[in-house]
Amino acid sequence: MPVVLENLGKRFGDGAPVLDDVNATIGRGEFVALLGASGCGKSTLLNIMAGLEAPTSGALEVPSDGAAFMFQDAALFPWLTARGNIELALQLRGVGKAERRNKANELLDLVHLGGAGDKRPHELSGGMRQRVSLARSLAQDRQLLLMDEPFAALDAITRDLLHDELERIWKETGRTIVFVTHNVREAVRLGQRVLLLSSRPGRVVQEWHVSEEHRTDAGLAGQLTGIITARLREEIRRHAK
Amino acid sequence: MPNKFLSPSVDTAPDAAPAPDAAPAPDAAPASVTAALTRSSTGTADLRELEAGLDSLQSDTARAHRIDWSRILLPVAALAVLLLAWQLYVSLGIKRRDLVPGPLDVLGQLGTLWGEGKTQEAIWTSLQRGVVGFLISVAIATPIGLLLAQVAPLRRAFGPLISGLQVLPSVAWVPAAIIWFGLTDATVFFVVFMGAIPSIINGLISGVDQIPPQYRSVGKVLGASRLQLALQIILPAALPGYLGGLKQGWAFSWRSLMAAEIIAVGGSIGFGLGSLLDQGRILSDMSTVMAAILLILGVGILIELLVFAPIEKRLLRRRGLLAGSTR
Repeated sequence: MPVVLENLGKRFGDGAPVLDDVNATIGRGEFVALLGASGCGKSTLLNIMAGLEAPTSGALEVPSDGAAFMFQDAALFPWLTARGNIELALQLRGVGKAERRNKANELLDLVHLGGAGDKRPHELSGGMRQRVSLARSLAQDRQLLLMDEPFAALDAITRDLLHDELERIWKETGRTIVFVTHNVREAVRLGQRVLLLSSRPGRVVQEWHVSEEHRTDAGLAGQLTGIITARLREEIRRHAK
Repeated sequence: MPNKFLSPSVDTAPDAAPAPDAAPAPDAAPASVTAALTRSSTGTADLRELEAGLDSLQSDTARAHRIDWSRILLPVAALAVLLLAWQLYVSLGIKRRDLVPGPLDVLGQLGTLWGEGKTQEAIWTSLQRGVVGFLISVAIATPIGLLLAQVAPLRRAFGPLISGLQVLPSVAWVPAAIIWFGLTDATVFFVVFMGAIPSIINGLISGVDQIPPQYRSVGKVLGASRLQLALQIILPAALPGYLGGLKQGWAFSWRSLMAAEIIAVGGSIGFGLGSLLDQGRILSDMSTVMAAILLILGVGILIELLVFAPIEKRLLRRRGLLAGSTR
């Protein structure tokens, strides 16, 4: 099991806990969508899994070599070209100089950006930047890939394509992906399993399995989306008082 | 049938309630259907083609660079206007000619000094000292600046002192330097260092402060060590601010150098532009004084135009920060 979370809790200073008693197990090669309203601690949970923050209670088990991470905005370095950004990730991983360029080109091809390697981030569209960012996180070559609402800022057409793209790459590379989103449709579109996180404190309250039929049958997927949306709204309504 | 495209679920599940807002109790049977996302492309080839189309739609086409003549003509015109105004003022004869020489007098004096070889010597001596002093300042200030920016206790301890040193005019160090080092080049260099180093350090620190915090997170996630983070991520990310610090550092070097040369004359100190200026004062030769001032200004402008402006422009253009600026 690449990721096991046991009674995980997190609070900042003396404030109310952000995460409380989070339990989850994520299998190798699984695609899990972590769904929740804004402010439910999804990103905090992801940062804890990435090792960027420490939990205040509970235990967690992640792969010993750490995790690759993809941020909401592409967070590419503007002084490097698209290829340079990927090569930097390879270099920091310890890949030799000779091999770096080939590997970077391969990864650019994988995200269908073979011709844009010499472009700088500001010359790329938002969708292209996110694909470079995806290629960079794949360059880290970690089994576990954590994604923090990576498509939230993109237009609808681009997002639909990137969903297909991510699904294809996930199948090709066999990564374990934890995908954080507040978009129910996106969670159902991508995840094999959708975990719903409650808000304040964050806790896994329910989970759903998404089958292969849901990917092509809009009616089936729509039904599941409706159920999850209703449950999510119930969770939000609890905070109305 | 536009509905088909807007909401695929309407076609495939006609019995569903249309409004997701009217969600029933969650434990009820799935009565509410929301438009869902499904696979939208038919295969890898299709996806590749769609993406390529979208990429080319969303990318700017490259624009050709042309020489912008207004960039050259406007400053030249401004200079001409100023010279004309100067000449006009002198022609009115309000002040004695030896107190306020005209542009032509100064030009003539420059020619004479050039003929004697004094101008070349002064420019060469000053420029050499200025550049060497500046480069040594950069080599000293850069590691100190990085260290201060990255290590919080060090910065808290020395930050105010460095800012204070920047406020202190470096001329104030001239008397101390003369007492310590006598009338030697060491005095001149010391004063240049005290002028340039604090401002370069401050520029680098403020450059580092303006780095988006996410860059550090990315660096950590990518597995950068502390040194790699500093050299491969923090330093390049801070480059625009650092370059601003370098520009200011050069200006401070040049100013400090002139001050030192004016005050400390003689001994083994070579003959620089400041010395030329001071010589003009001693001889009450206003044309020489004006010529020296114009030379000092001219060297400053040339360094800015030939060295810093191209570097800065290139840096900003590569990062996409040039669009819409008035540069």
